[in-house]
Amino acid sequence: MGLGTIDWAILALYLLFVLAIGWVSARRTKSGEDFFLAGRSIPAWVAGLAFISANLGAQEVIGMGASGAKYGIATAHFYWIGAIPAMVFVGVFMMPFYYGSKARSAPEYLRMRFDEKTRGFNAFTFAVMTVFSSGISMYAMARLIQTLHVFDQPFQHLGLPQSWIFHFAIGVSALVVLVYIYMGGLRGAIYNEVLQFFLIVAGFAPLVWLGLRQVGGWEGLKTTLGPSYTHVWAGMAHPATNRLGVDAFGLVMGLGFVLSFGYWCTDFLIVQRAMAADSMLSARRTPLIAAAIKMFFPFLVILPGLIAFALTSAPMKSPPSHGVAAAHAPAEQGVIPFKIDSASGQPALDSRGQPVLDYDLATPNLLLRYFPTGMLGLGLTALLASFMSGMAGNVTAFNTVWTYDIYQAYIRREASDAHYLQVGRLATAGGIALSIAAAYLASRFNNIMDLIQLVFATFLLGMFWKRATGHGAFTGLVCGTLAAALHHGLTLPDGSLAGVKGGWIAVSHVYPSEMAQNFWTAIWSWSACFVVTIAVSLATRAPDPARLTGLVYSLTPKVGAEAGRWWFSPLFLGAVVLTGTLMLNIIFR
Amino acid sequence: MRFDIRLPIGLLFLIIGLLLTGLGLTGDPARLRTQALGVNIDLVWGVVLTLFGLVMLALTRATD
Repeated sequence: MGLGTIDWAILALYLLFVLAIGWVSARRTKSGEDFFLAGRSIPAWVAGLAFISANLGAQEVIGMGASGAKYGIATAHFYWIGAIPAMVFVGVFMMPFYYGSKARSAPEYLRMRFDEKTRGFNAFTFAVMTVFSSGISMYAMARLIQTLHVFDQPFQHLGLPQSWIFHFAIGVSALVVLVYIYMGGLRGAIYNEVLQFFLIVAGFAPLVWLGLRQVGGWEGLKTTLGPSYTHVWAGMAHPATNRLGVDAFGLVMGLGFVLSFGYWCTDFLIVQRAMAADSMLSARRTPLIAAAIKMFFPFLVILPGLIAFALTSAPMKSPPSHGVAAAHAPAEQGVIPFKIDSASGQPALDSRGQPVLDYDLATPNLLLRYFPTGMLGLGLTALLASFMSGMAGNVTAFNTVWTYDIYQAYIRREASDAHYLQVGRLATAGGIALSIAAAYLASRFNNIMDLIQLVFATFLLGMFWKRATGHGAFTGLVCGTLAAALHHGLTLPDGSLAGVKGGWIAVSHVYPSEMAQNFWTAIWSWSACFVVTIAVSLATRAPDPARLTGLVYSLTPKVGAEAGRWWFSPLFLGAVVLTGTLMLNIIFR
Repeated sequence: MRFDIRLPIGLLFLIIGLLLTGLGLTGDPARLRTQALGVNIDLVWGVVLTLFGLVMLALTRATD
């Protein structure tokens, strides 16, 4: 796989612009508020696009393509159930407290609302999670670049060993992200995320277009793949009758409620983008603008996976659950290769003795196959942009939480703004260094669970129940975490061995799929956190209502009818977005 | 002066768009087309990106 001069030129131009944006942002970064909150000066549309990009890491572009190939269009549930409702909720109901409290981070809101220990618990778990997730993103990117062989030629040319490509990919992406965040802080990250957003769309939209032409459009996909791949709700009544291996209750409660609200409403890497907005109204619109665009993302990131699968040669289509397997025609070699067992060098086999496909290569291989030189450079730039934006999201959230919620809270309480700014810059470097370490560990932690999700119970009770207390919140978080660990230790997805996938205490229940297990872990830990927080709150002394103004719904003056046009009000925008999502669900039911 | 992100976005897309358009016009048409299923995707998408870049630049100037 060789790149032409134009491909290199496009990649180089991208890197140049990214660094230039960091440099321009640096000139306006003079205080801590500039560095950590972009001076609270970002217009709604910019914050909204950054909101999308910041979570668009490896997990999304590659992972959603892979899931599309594996599960079909039902993967869109991760958007239509698993993102949009929560994004609307955070914009309409929660943002008034995040933005209005003037907290500088999500953990800091917890200190204002509850107490120091609740904040500390959240800050530490969050800091660890961000480092791991940016490390995993970096690992995925380096592996991908290695697998695509795009750097093989130049490395050969320079006489460098091919094994260095992995280190080189990690080193370069880390260095670029470090430079633009070190200089421009959150402003640099946000501006770049907007640029990256447009590049990602520009790189993947033509891929979908070409792919659809090849497979005969959506109708063609339907005939090639059969109904189990092209419906989102069909067969959801029982785990055995749909490709996800979950039932509608687990899906809606686990993904649609606990996981999605936990991520979109409390994860600081997301919320931080809205907190940087230039006004309360902009902050509330940020997730809504993002949601309005996000609901169409399945067509951009999931469809390539389906297309790649449709183009993969017929004999390996095994799922006996649908009878159209014989209809797969394409004579050319499949787009998705077999997964190679790293130990034996042979294709890996599943429990039925069938070779396993390396679904993670669905989208990248489609890109390599259909993009000629020129477009290839753009496509690779889009991939790189998605990795960088995802990593930058983690890094800016990490440096803020580290500086304000750990360093300022526990290490050095009273210092000048300039000092914390410096600490933030160093934390950027430190966070990236830790991510690199995590990237090298990532092969073992690839399926790390997002325990952070249960914290939504804490935020929800904190914002909407004035009786919730600090002791209650803290005990709830601890119990919820224990419940997650316990559930994971006692259950196992079908076909896995006890160990990292669960069942390390004893196997008391077997789930039909790993996804079902994840959803139920989330449901159990969230419920434990929710119930324990309420019980302990009722048993401890009620907080002083005067202290909670601006932090709790019932004690905060309503954000009145916004001046200006009603069709821009968060409530109306939210309703439009939800209606649109509902319609997509109906169309693809 | 307020920094407008539309300026660098417009510039980058304009440059990439022109590069792709140029390639689509001058490159070996047979090769470009076979790989991309009979479409000269460099040319088509190059023009689209160029227009997008111009729109972004126009919006930048309009709001100055």
